[in-house]
Amino acid sequence: MKIGVYVCECGTNIASTVDVEDLVEQAKEFPNVEVSRVYKYVCSDPGQVLIKQDIEEKQLDRIVVAACSPRMHEPTFRAVLEDMGLNPYVLEIVNIREQVSWVHNDKAKGTVKAASLLKGAVLRASLMHPLERKKVGVTPNALVIGGGIAGIQASLDLADMGFDTTLVEKTATIGGKMSQLDKTFPTLDCSQCILSPKMVDVNRHPNIDLLALSEVVEVDGYVGNFKVKIKKNPTYVLADKCTLCDDCVPVCPVIEHDEYNQGLSPRRAIYIPYPQAVPASYLIDPNSCLGIDPLICSKCKDVCGPEAIDFDMKPEIIEKEVGAIIVATGYEPYPIENIGEYGYGTIPDVISGMDFERIVSASGPTDGTIRRPSDGKVPKTVVFVHCAGSRDPSKHLPYCSKVCCMYATKHALQYKHLVHDGTAINFFIDVRTAGKDYEEFYQRAAEEDQVIYIRGKVSEVFQDGDRILVKGADTLTGETVELHADLVVLATGLMPSAGTKEIASLLNLSVGMNGFIREAHPKLKPVDTAIAGVFVAGTATGPKDIPETVSNASGAASRAAGILSQDELEIEGTVAQVDEDLCRGCGLCAEACPYSAIEIKAINKYGHALRVAFVNEAMCKGCGSCAAACLNGAINQLGYTDSQILALIGALGEE
Amino acid sequence: MSTKKNTELEEFEPNIIGFLCNWCSYAGADLAGTSRIQYPPNVKIIKVMCSGRVNPMYIINAFQQGADGVLVSGCHPGDCHYTSGNYLARRRIATMKKLLEFLGIEPDRVRMTWVSAAEGRKYADVVRELTDDIKKLGPMTKFRREKEW
Repeated sequence: MKIGVYVCECGTNIASTVDVEDLVEQAKEFPNVEVSRVYKYVCSDPGQVLIKQDIEEKQLDRIVVAACSPRMHEPTFRAVLEDMGLNPYVLEIVNIREQVSWVHNDKAKGTVKAASLLKGAVLRASLMHPLERKKVGVTPNALVIGGGIAGIQASLDLADMGFDTTLVEKTATIGGKMSQLDKTFPTLDCSQCILSPKMVDVNRHPNIDLLALSEVVEVDGYVGNFKVKIKKNPTYVLADKCTLCDDCVPVCPVIEHDEYNQGLSPRRAIYIPYPQAVPASYLIDPNSCLGIDPLICSKCKDVCGPEAIDFDMKPEIIEKEVGAIIVATGYEPYPIENIGEYGYGTIPDVISGMDFERIVSASGPTDGTIRRPSDGKVPKTVVFVHCAGSRDPSKHLPYCSKVCCMYATKHALQYKHLVHDGTAINFFIDVRTAGKDYEEFYQRAAEEDQVIYIRGKVSEVFQDGDRILVKGADTLTGETVELHADLVVLATGLMPSAGTKEIASLLNLSVGMNGFIREAHPKLKPVDTAIAGVFVAGTATGPKDIPETVSNASGAASRAAGILSQDELEIEGTVAQVDEDLCRGCGLCAEACPYSAIEIKAINKYGHALRVAFVNEAMCKGCGSCAAACLNGAINQLGYTDSQILALIGALGEE
Repeated sequence: MSTKKNTELEEFEPNIIGFLCNWCSYAGADLAGTSRIQYPPNVKIIKVMCSGRVNPMYIINAFQQGADGVLVSGCHPGDCHYTSGNYLARRRIATMKKLLEFLGIEPDRVRMTWVSAAEGRKYADVVRELTDDIKKLGPMTKFRREKEW
């Protein structure tokens, strides 16, 4: 056995707080070490060449690199080994940057810790064995969860590349939050007009299977080979028979709040979410319909000419096999119910930004005339409160949602365009306009359209007669501001949707402090997740505007296509392995396995029928829970064997 | 008013072995690094894929081989990358601590924590607290394995 040890200086990142020369000298005394070197950047090309030359000239068969976290460069160095004909698993990386040099200023102590870790790695390397990477086939189909603009874009991209794509949407129509918006900043494009052609494309695309009113309930398997169960909820209307004639709606006796219009207008129990909905079909709300169990009313069914209504429709489970999954589960606006200080719930004319979108929309409850909810009057003074419930770590969302400054500016501008003699006042902390043409848009609102901007936070909002008294501070002049408004619009931030949380827990995706899904790397892998084959697009990872969401979704689609276009994939070699001679077939390992990858089988050995554990390597994900459960030490996790870990413990335990 | 005993306590630097899961806690420790959060160098990390990999035997072994304390850190309950490995770890460690107590060893020498990949600061805090606590307990001398055996 010949071990090569390479200690990286990482410029001064490691060398300034760890004595790398001393490490190299100590390593020369460790067992089986053939060569020990220090280099400025071991990950660089010359650094890699150094290792390659040593492997060739000194016939090294184990490599130990003391450098940054293995999460950073393990693949880089594994590739070096593979290039030289070595097995990629005879590599051990010692993390002396993230876990030593960057966190311990004391050079002497840091060096002692690094040396101990390095010794452990060398001892462990002596116990490493080449491992085999199994190959598995790839199902060239994709699943996209969430039918907002991110899911739509990702589905269309994948379908255009020729992959069969299943798009699952929880509500009755795709389109997501973007379909509720009236106009988009900074171009003031009509949101629905640019979105609905894409929605229609999804419905028409031969490679897309659109499942609306459906939920993913179970995901099994691994990269390239996921098995997915989808629950399709009944619409009680046969979409292929429904002609959208609207005859059923006037006869329905049930009145409900219309979710699409933020509850500001009524709908019936049989309804279409909005005219451009895709799939284009009416549906029945089973919670309020009087026809579904018990059957009290069947007025809609009676008038339906094409006999499209079926009260007996049941949920069905659809099973799909896919190779990659894109999570595009989106956001929810921060609930303004939570912002009690601004009077929501007690003052009817305090509304959210999304409410305003519907009020200003030509297809909204007021047909595009801006009217306030309390008395339907056209408001003459409107206050827009930026950062309502945002950037407030003590009570509300701690972060900046990136889009609120822009949409509040858009709202003020739209208001001024519709109510020429009105006054629009924006209270802001900072106006954040980081985006192409965003600053110009803000300038236009402030200068050409005379939107008033006051730097300061609104402290309180009171009902005063039929007007609203807004108290705040102008932090530029230092004076308190009190003014009367007819309507107050709270520009609330974005938070992860309930669906984002559900899907994250279903797929075991890790979430950050604020509940958004964590990317595999915030800078370099923005659409990957920690789970191979699962990608994430749009606002599920954090607040984004529409252009960013769309490019994010295309990115996720192309990353998924990278997997789907392969014939076979290699899976990790660090799976569980059973020593049949030691196994007594007790089944403790099978019980500990979260993936049911272990079963107890009867085999014939030494003339006896023995019960032993058997590991399905394609299903094993290499967590090692079984190895820790075995009382006989009969099952081991390759790459993390008991002997390797005990060797590490021995080295680290030494004083 | 520092007594001699106090000075001695301050000089004792505990040697702690930490078993960190690859997906949450090890990434959390990396984040502490990228955020340059300083913490004591007493905890040396062994990366395992899942906290469920930590065989209780490792803890006894760590004490035998010279450790004064052991840290086991995994994903938060419900967040385990492998669904349920952290629950297995939690049960095993809880039982192990009972056994240690029975053997006359301070169960506080073993700590199980949840540190997510986003919690670099929490990892630093865990190390700081654990180091302080083990310092108070003093060196672990029971069932130390002789090197010559």
